[in-house]
Amino acid sequence: MARIEVNHIRHSYLPNPQKDQDFALKEVHYTFEDGGAYALLGPSGCGKTTLLNIISGLLHPSHGKLLFNGRDVTNLSTQERNIAQVFQFPVIYDTMTVYDNLAFPLRNRRVPEADVDRKVRETLDMIDLASMANRKARRLTADQKQKISLGRGLVRSDVNAILFDEPLTVIDPHMKWVLRSQLKQLHRRFGYTMVYVTHDQTEALTFADQVVVMYDGGIVQIGTPAELFERPSHTFVGYFIGSPGMNVLPVSLEGRTAKLGAQRIELPGVPKAGAGAVELGIRPEYVRLGREGMAVQVSKVEDVGRHKVVRANLEGKEIAAVIGEDDEVPADPKVSFDPAGINIYADSWRVEMGA
Amino acid sequence: MDKTWNNKAWFLVLPVLVLVAFSAVIPLMTVVNYSVQDTFGNNVFFWAGTEWFEELLHSDRFWEAMVRNLIFSFIILAIQVPLGIFIALNMPKKGWGVPVCLVLMALPLLVPWNVVGTIWQVFGRNDIGLLGYYVNALGIDYNYVQDPIDAWVTVIIMDVWHWTSLVVLLCYAGLVSIPDAFYQAAKIDGASRWAVFRYIQLPKMQRVLLIAVLLRFMDSFMIYTEPFVVTGGGPGNSTTFLSIDLVKTALGQFDLGPAAAMSLIYFLIILLLSWVFYTVMTNYDAER
Repeated sequence: MARIEVNHIRHSYLPNPQKDQDFALKEVHYTFEDGGAYALLGPSGCGKTTLLNIISGLLHPSHGKLLFNGRDVTNLSTQERNIAQVFQFPVIYDTMTVYDNLAFPLRNRRVPEADVDRKVRETLDMIDLASMANRKARRLTADQKQKISLGRGLVRSDVNAILFDEPLTVIDPHMKWVLRSQLKQLHRRFGYTMVYVTHDQTEALTFADQVVVMYDGGIVQIGTPAELFERPSHTFVGYFIGSPGMNVLPVSLEGRTAKLGAQRIELPGVPKAGAGAVELGIRPEYVRLGREGMAVQVSKVEDVGRHKVVRANLEGKEIAAVIGEDDEVPADPKVSFDPAGINIYADSWRVEMGA
Repeated sequence: MDKTWNNKAWFLVLPVLVLVAFSAVIPLMTVVNYSVQDTFGNNVFFWAGTEWFEELLHSDRFWEAMVRNLIFSFIILAIQVPLGIFIALNMPKKGWGVPVCLVLMALPLLVPWNVVGTIWQVFGRNDIGLLGYYVNALGIDYNYVQDPIDAWVTVIIMDVWHWTSLVVLLCYAGLVSIPDAFYQAAKIDGASRWAVFRYIQLPKMQRVLLIAVLLRFMDSFMIYTEPFVVTGGGPGNSTTFLSIDLVKTALGQFDLGPAAAMSLIYFLIILLLSWVFYTVMTNYDAER
């Protein structure tokens, strides 16, 4: 296992990158601690797979260095880095049996056959394919194939890190849950350094201790699931995490008050915002719907099972509020914001609020 | 559910049936007709029964041509398939090199067969041919007109030059269809270059290779034009393959009966081999 230092790494797929826009990965500088479970979360095209491939050595970064336990590995090949990686779509060796597929990474590294057998059987049990060990891999279903890919990632115990690139995309929802919990257990048991790329917030939040949110080639926030939820440091994180995402309303500031059209909203503190566009962010979970506060026109109520999402119009802006499954929308609805859930953003970045 | 029978469908296949009848079935039947009769011209025919077939199957000349042809097919497959795979593996996968390589590879395939023959006929001559002259100048005694081995070498090199591209192009098509993720996974799994070839590239090329082997075998088993132009089947009979032998019998000696019998046997061999390949290929598909 290793501590992975990503040292000022930038990457461009163009031969001569000039502008910031040419970079698929704008400067990333971060350390993945030994034995941590990380998720790289972000929309498609934000650079998360690029970062993963740079860590595993499939890509050589345009700028910057990569260190494993303090040792520079930037110029080492994938093999020399001793990394396991699982890809989005199943990669299996057609002509081999399930057993041989799992044994392949070990045999390539000349592991004694007795150890190969022990490790492969362990892994087969883990991915629940023990009964198919001697079947030809190509006859399996897509999710069984993906389990083989997963198994090949887990079969080596001496790897520096295990990287997952949206590995559960082709797996059905129930199995997803099971496999994710197994990965989590593995992590606890063996303390692997794991980096898990996904665009699915549930996956990221349930898997990782630390979630790295990426947007447009850069890291916008790193934090625990709770931090990302309570204090999104960028409006993008607010939108992206949570269902529905955070309400972001353009406001103007006046000391401890934010003005939204004719409405005045009390803030928990005085924001240290400079010039620039100021926005107020509040999660639907902190919007109280009742008979007091600011008048809204309710446009839609979505019952999502465990709770209801109310879509309403406040001063010409769409906002969402979450209410209990049994709560009713009052006849003359008004909303108020729970001060604990209010964040203020200047130019999309969160600003602190003083007393 | 009961099958719906609709005899109107026959009218829709009729044009094809007529076309095939005129282009293939009727000519084939005339061949069958010749094969069981003897003629001395003037449209006078005598019934010969299976005489020509028996004679042919006991003729050394036929079996020698057959053995020569099989050896030829075997040699060119043994050279063209590995060489084709090797070239395909080393062709660029992207960039400006791709169209350049593809065009270069396609060129020999576009040259008419008798022109290929003429090119090599001249190329190999030891008086004015670039190849023949310089090989002799190097002190190697090379003369495809007189030496059977030299004639074989020339015909084989010519076929390799002409047809390896086909194997290359088919293999290349198989190779570029392999997603990058397979190579990436192989790197992660620490696979050697050989293991990548053995467990990723070869299995993915298996289908196209089967087709390449089928095409190359059929073509080389029926080869006529190029060796005919270069060596005319000689020196002696050393490069007389089945089709050359057939044409010699039919048009050189005008022995229509034996030639017809030989055509039929030749046809049956090709049919049998096609069937074997077809079965192997469909079984392979069913297995997947």
